[in-house]
Amino acid sequence: MRTLIAGRWAALAIAVALMTGLGTARPAQAGPTLDKAKQAGGFSCGVQTGLVGFAQPDSSGVYSGFNVDICKALSAAIFGDPGKVKFVPLTAQQRFTALQSGEVDILSNNTTWTLQRDTELGLNFAPVVFFDGQGFMVAKKLGVKSAKELNGATVCVSPGTTTELNLADYFRANKMEYKPVVIEKLDEVVSAFFDGRCDVYTTDSSGLAAVRVSRASNPDDYLILPERISKEPLAPAIRQGDEQWHDIVDWVIYALMQAEESGITKANVDDMMKSDDPSIKRLLGVTPGMGKNLGLDDNWAYNAIKMVGNYGEIFDRNLGAGSTLKLDRGLNALWTKGGLIYPMPIR
Amino acid sequence: MASEDASLSIAPTRPVPWRDPKIRAIAYQIAFVAVVAGFIAFLVHNTLANIGRQNIATGWGFLDREAAFGIGESLISYSPADTYARAFLVGLTNTLHVAVLGIIFATILGTLMGLARLSSNWLVRKLAQVYVETFRNIPLLLQLFFWWGLLNKMAPGPRQAWEILPGVFVSNRGIVYPVPVASPAYKWVGLAFVIGIVLSFIAKKWATRRQMATGQQLPTGWIALGLIVGLPAIAFMVAGAPLALDVPALKGFNFAGGDAMSPEFAALLIGLVVYTGTFIAEIVRAGILAVAWGQSEAAMALGLRGGQRMRLVVLPQALRVIIPPMTSQYLAITKNSSLAVAIGFPDLVSIANTTMNQTGQAIEGIVMIMTVYLFISLAISLGMNLYNRAVALVER
Repeated sequence: MRTLIAGRWAALAIAVALMTGLGTARPAQAGPTLDKAKQAGGFSCGVQTGLVGFAQPDSSGVYSGFNVDICKALSAAIFGDPGKVKFVPLTAQQRFTALQSGEVDILSNNTTWTLQRDTELGLNFAPVVFFDGQGFMVAKKLGVKSAKELNGATVCVSPGTTTELNLADYFRANKMEYKPVVIEKLDEVVSAFFDGRCDVYTTDSSGLAAVRVSRASNPDDYLILPERISKEPLAPAIRQGDEQWHDIVDWVIYALMQAEESGITKANVDDMMKSDDPSIKRLLGVTPGMGKNLGLDDNWAYNAIKMVGNYGEIFDRNLGAGSTLKLDRGLNALWTKGGLIYPMPIR
Repeated sequence: MASEDASLSIAPTRPVPWRDPKIRAIAYQIAFVAVVAGFIAFLVHNTLANIGRQNIATGWGFLDREAAFGIGESLISYSPADTYARAFLVGLTNTLHVAVLGIIFATILGTLMGLARLSSNWLVRKLAQVYVETFRNIPLLLQLFFWWGLLNKMAPGPRQAWEILPGVFVSNRGIVYPVPVASPAYKWVGLAFVIGIVLSFIAKKWATRRQMATGQQLPTGWIALGLIVGLPAIAFMVAGAPLALDVPALKGFNFAGGDAMSPEFAALLIGLVVYTGTFIAEIVRAGILAVAWGQSEAAMALGLRGGQRMRLVVLPQALRVIIPPMTSQYLAITKNSSLAVAIGFPDLVSIANTTMNQTGQAIEGIVMIMTVYLFISLAISLGMNLYNRAVALVER
C-alpha cells in the first residue's frame, strides 16, 4: 500500500526535484556518477518491485536475481565488494524519472532498448543483457492455441511499457479488438489475471514464465502462446552525459560475457590468473592497463567474476537450469554457440 | 512664541519613513511579491537548466503524436492510432464521467442517510449511524480495493455469468445490460424531457405569482411531474414506441451487444459514493439540526402541513448551512477519483502517467494534471458559490 501511494506521487516528486535542483544539480563533467559513488561509498540500482528470477526481495528484503547480479558485478568491479549497491524497487512508470532525477544511478530492470527512449528520455543504454520477445499467456480452459484467436479478449498489461505499445500494434496489425486492463503494480496486474479479470496476460516471455511458475496455483493450467510479437532487447540504462560511467557499465557487462567465452568461472578465476593467454591476462589485470582506462583498479574484472560469476553462471543461477524458471539460453547463448551474446574485445 | 510652540507640539508630525506604518506596509508587500516572483523565476530557470543538461525532451509537441497505447474504456471514440491529446481527452471525460455520477449518487445517498439519522425510528437511525461511522473511518483507497476485489474475486467469468435480471449479466468483466436499439424516437423523448423541465419552471413561477395575487394555490408538484414524465411518454408513443432492445449475448471471450460497466468503474463509483455519502449525511444532518425548533413551531402555528413546513421553512434555512461544506465534498469526489490509478480505471491521472512514461515528459504531464483538476475544481466552486448566493439569507 505504501509503495503504491509513493508510486502515485513519484512523478510529482521528481518534477519537484527537477524544479528545485535537488536531483543532480551538477554540471556535466567527466565521471560525476563514479565520483559521487566513490564519495558516497556506493551507488543505487533500480530494479523491479518483484519478478522471480530477475529481481525479487526475500522475506528480509534482500534482493536477488539476474538484474540484481548485474548491479552486484558492477559494485564488485568498482569497489571490490558486491555489497556496495543499494537496490531501489521501481514500477515501470517510475523508472525513467527515477534515473533522470538521480534517485538511482543505473536501471537494471528489464528495460527495452528503443530509439525513442534513447533519444528523448536523456538515457543511454548499456549492452543488451537479455534478448527477449513479448508473448501471451492464457488459461488452458479457454482452448486458445494461437495469438491470432484472441479477437475480443480482455488483456492485462502493465502501463508505461513497450509491452503496452506492442500489444496495441499487434491487435491493430491483425485487425482484432481487445480491451486492456492497465494496472501499475506488477503484483496487482498479475493477480487480476489469475483472478480471471482478463483472458490474457502479456509481457516479455521470460516474465510470463516467471509469473506462471511463481504465481499460478497450478502452472499447468496456463499456456504461453507460441507467438513472439516483438523484439525486446533488455538492457541496463544510465543517464546521458556521463561517458565514463557509460564505459564502466558497458565493459563490466562485456567482461562477464568474455569470462564465459574464455571459460573463466567464479571457481577457477584464481587459477586463470596464471594463464598464459594474453587476452585472459588483460581481462584479469595480470597485464595492467584495462582498469585504468575505465578509472578503476586493474583487478576490476577479476573482482566481478570472483564475487558474482560470469554471464553464464549468472544466467543459470537465476533463470536457467539452476533456477525454478528453467529458461533455455536460446538467443542468450554465446555467439560461439549460436546465440547473440557477443562481447566486444577487451584490449 | 508660546502659541507657536504649542502648535508645533500638537501638529501631527510625519514619522521617519521606516517607522511610518503605511510606508512599511507597502514595503512589506513589495518585498513579499518580490520573494514569491523570485522563487518562481528560480524554479523555472532551474527546471529548464536541469532538463537541458540532461537532454530530456521538452515542449508540447508530443500531444500531436500517435499515442499507440490502448485504453480500456472511453466515452468518446478512441483507438491507439489517435494522438496523445485525444488520449488525454479520453482520460478527462472518464474522470468527469465518474465525478458527475459520483456527485449525483453521493448526494442522494448522503441526503437519505442524513435524514435517516434524524428518524424517529430507532432501527433506521442506528443503521444510518453504523453506515456513517463505518465508511467514514476507513481510508478510501482500502475501500476501493475492497469493492474491486469483491467484483473480481466473487463474480464468475463471463461464460458462467450471473443473470440477475433478464438480459443483465454480472461477471468479472463487469455488469452488462441491454440498451434500447438506437432510434430517432429517443432524440424526441430527450427533447420532450428538456421541454418538460423548462415548462415546469415556468409553471412554478406563474403559480407563485398567481398565489401572491389571489391567494389560490396550484398543485405545482403534480403539474411538474406530469410535464416531466408525461411529455416524454407522449413523445415515445407518438414516435411509434420502438421497444427493440440490444440484449448482450456471450460471443467469443466476452459479451457482445448491450452496454457494460467495467469492474474498475463500478468499484470506483461505489467507493466514491459510499465514502463521500457519509460526509454528506453528516452535513445534511447538521444543516437540519441547525434550524431552531422554534421555526418549525412557528410554521405549525401558521397552519403549514408537514411537507410544507420542511419545504418552505426548514429546508431553505438548512440549505444555507449545507451548501458551503457540500461544495468541499463535491470537490473531494472529483479529486479522489484520481485514486482510480490504483485499481486500473483509465482516468486522467492514469493516462497522464502512461503518457509521461512513454514520452518521458513528466513536467508537462504534471502541469496538465494540475491545470485540469484546478479548472474542474474552480468550475464546481463557481457553480456552487452561485447556488449558495441564491439560497443565502438575504438581509433587508
